[in-house]
Amino acid sequence: MLTDITLGQYYPGDSFLHKLDPRTKIVATLIFICSIFLASTYVAYGVLFLSVLLAVGLSRLPAKLVARSVKPLWVIVVLTFVIHAFSTPGAALFEWKFISITDAGVQQGVLMSLRLVFLIVVSSLLTYTTSPIVLTDGIESLLNPLRRFGVPAHELAMMMTIALRFIPTLLEETDRIMKAQVARGADFSSGHLLKRAKNLLPLLVPLFISAFRRADELAVAMEARCYRGGENRTRLHQLAYAPRDGVALGGVLALTLALAWMRWSGL
Amino acid sequence: MSIKLEAVSYTYMPGTPYEKRAISDISLEIEKGEFVAIIGHTGSGKSTLVQHLNGLLHPTSGRVLVDDIDLAAKTPEAKKIARSVGMVFQYPEHQLFAETIYEDVAFGPRNLKLDEAEVRQRVELAMEFVGLDYGKFAHRSPFHLSGGQMRRVAIAGVIAMQPDYLVLDEPSAGLDPAARNAIFAEIVQLYRTRGITVILVTHNMEEAARLADRMLVMAKGEVRMDGKPKEVFRADRELLHAAGVDVPRMVELVDALRLKGIDIPEDTVSVDSLVREILARQRRENAC
Repeated sequence: MLTDITLGQYYPGDSFLHKLDPRTKIVATLIFICSIFLASTYVAYGVLFLSVLLAVGLSRLPAKLVARSVKPLWVIVVLTFVIHAFSTPGAALFEWKFISITDAGVQQGVLMSLRLVFLIVVSSLLTYTTSPIVLTDGIESLLNPLRRFGVPAHELAMMMTIALRFIPTLLEETDRIMKAQVARGADFSSGHLLKRAKNLLPLLVPLFISAFRRADELAVAMEARCYRGGENRTRLHQLAYAPRDGVALGGVLALTLALAWMRWSGL
Repeated sequence: MSIKLEAVSYTYMPGTPYEKRAISDISLEIEKGEFVAIIGHTGSGKSTLVQHLNGLLHPTSGRVLVDDIDLAAKTPEAKKIARSVGMVFQYPEHQLFAETIYEDVAFGPRNLKLDEAEVRQRVELAMEFVGLDYGKFAHRSPFHLSGGQMRRVAIAGVIAMQPDYLVLDEPSAGLDPAARNAIFAEIVQLYRTRGITVILVTHNMEEAARLADRMLVMAKGEVRMDGKPKEVFRADRELLHAAGVDVPRMVELVDALRLKGIDIPEDTVSVDSLVREILARQRRENAC
């Protein structure tokens, strides 16, 4: 049923990537993504491919899981390939009326789709190995310096944390109300669009009522404990860098420099 | 006519790291006209088990038969028979949605495709049954009622479907004693006058001992004991404690009295019968 949906896609584990500080992972992922766009030659793509493989290996995630992350976006990957294959000028491999596929097009298409696949895999490694709450902590900590310019880092992070915290609760609630109404003969899955929307009322009304009730209760509970925003707030789990964070960041930077060097030396 | 479970197991989220087996290999039969209490600790699988009884969950393995029809079959009969099992969830007042109490209670009967006159009659009957005056309440908003009254509206919404089997999951949770007693009195009345089968999930032993004529004790997704309340409470205490079930105070009292050498039959579970026993003993002693 509905509660079978896992929150985000965090896959608990104990690997090198899992243990990295979330800030390191966010920054490293951003740098890695930028460096993907530096690659232009086969050699560079080879290096990239090996590094992605290394990262996947370090995460110790099941290969199937990583492959699954590409699944929702395969349409875009295929579309990218097709558009490049048809629209790049070059020697024609295949011609029919006004349509032609060129050798340069196929080459470009493969490389571009690969780029996309790398992008998806690397960013899903971040969400697979970092629980949403830790990720939020990392984002807050990274945004903190921007507070001077009026970015409400703590408030944003708190909002994200609360939202994340209540997703499973609301899913559970939805599941329960849905079951209760189904037990009373409600039908959520048949009929035309308008009828189906109307059929959702017995689900949505109680859900909204309960969401407002919960929000109200939470607000009162926070106020009762004198919550007043991020000023001078300490936390239970302090983020701390470890040597492995240096290793990871160094590795990603070295990769980026290598790719930059390959690009300008034309290797 | 019965609800029959054949080696039913259910696993939540199979094939993920969060996989959890909620109930395993449960076989039992609930006859029509029984009043069954299912007791057990939080997380013992009670709620998962009862959701199988009207096809909200289908077993990962095994079968659930209601009046000999398999609920997992995707036939109109299976759908129809599932509706003969009414289900009152925990905190049922959270499912109220309509603008008036009438509309909310009528939701179930309307889904049964009854004509409006029949729907109206059933709503009246159901509201009367849970002690809500039709003339006074029918056109009020359910959201302006007290907690106990809201729960009655929700229970009326299930009763209005006139189920042959009624499953109640912790119907008294979070109510004050007066509201709790009122709700149980209504359930018992329903059981006696309509002859429906009642399946009551609770962790209140006193309630279970007082109302039910059969008791299932669940622990770790299995039915550990099955019998009359007297028998269950007289059975192995170790087993009961392992299941996280406390013995009713009455049983403890009788135990304590017997330890003091006062001879009271072991199977005394109600206050009335205990008083009778003690009075009888006194009379005997005075006669000597």
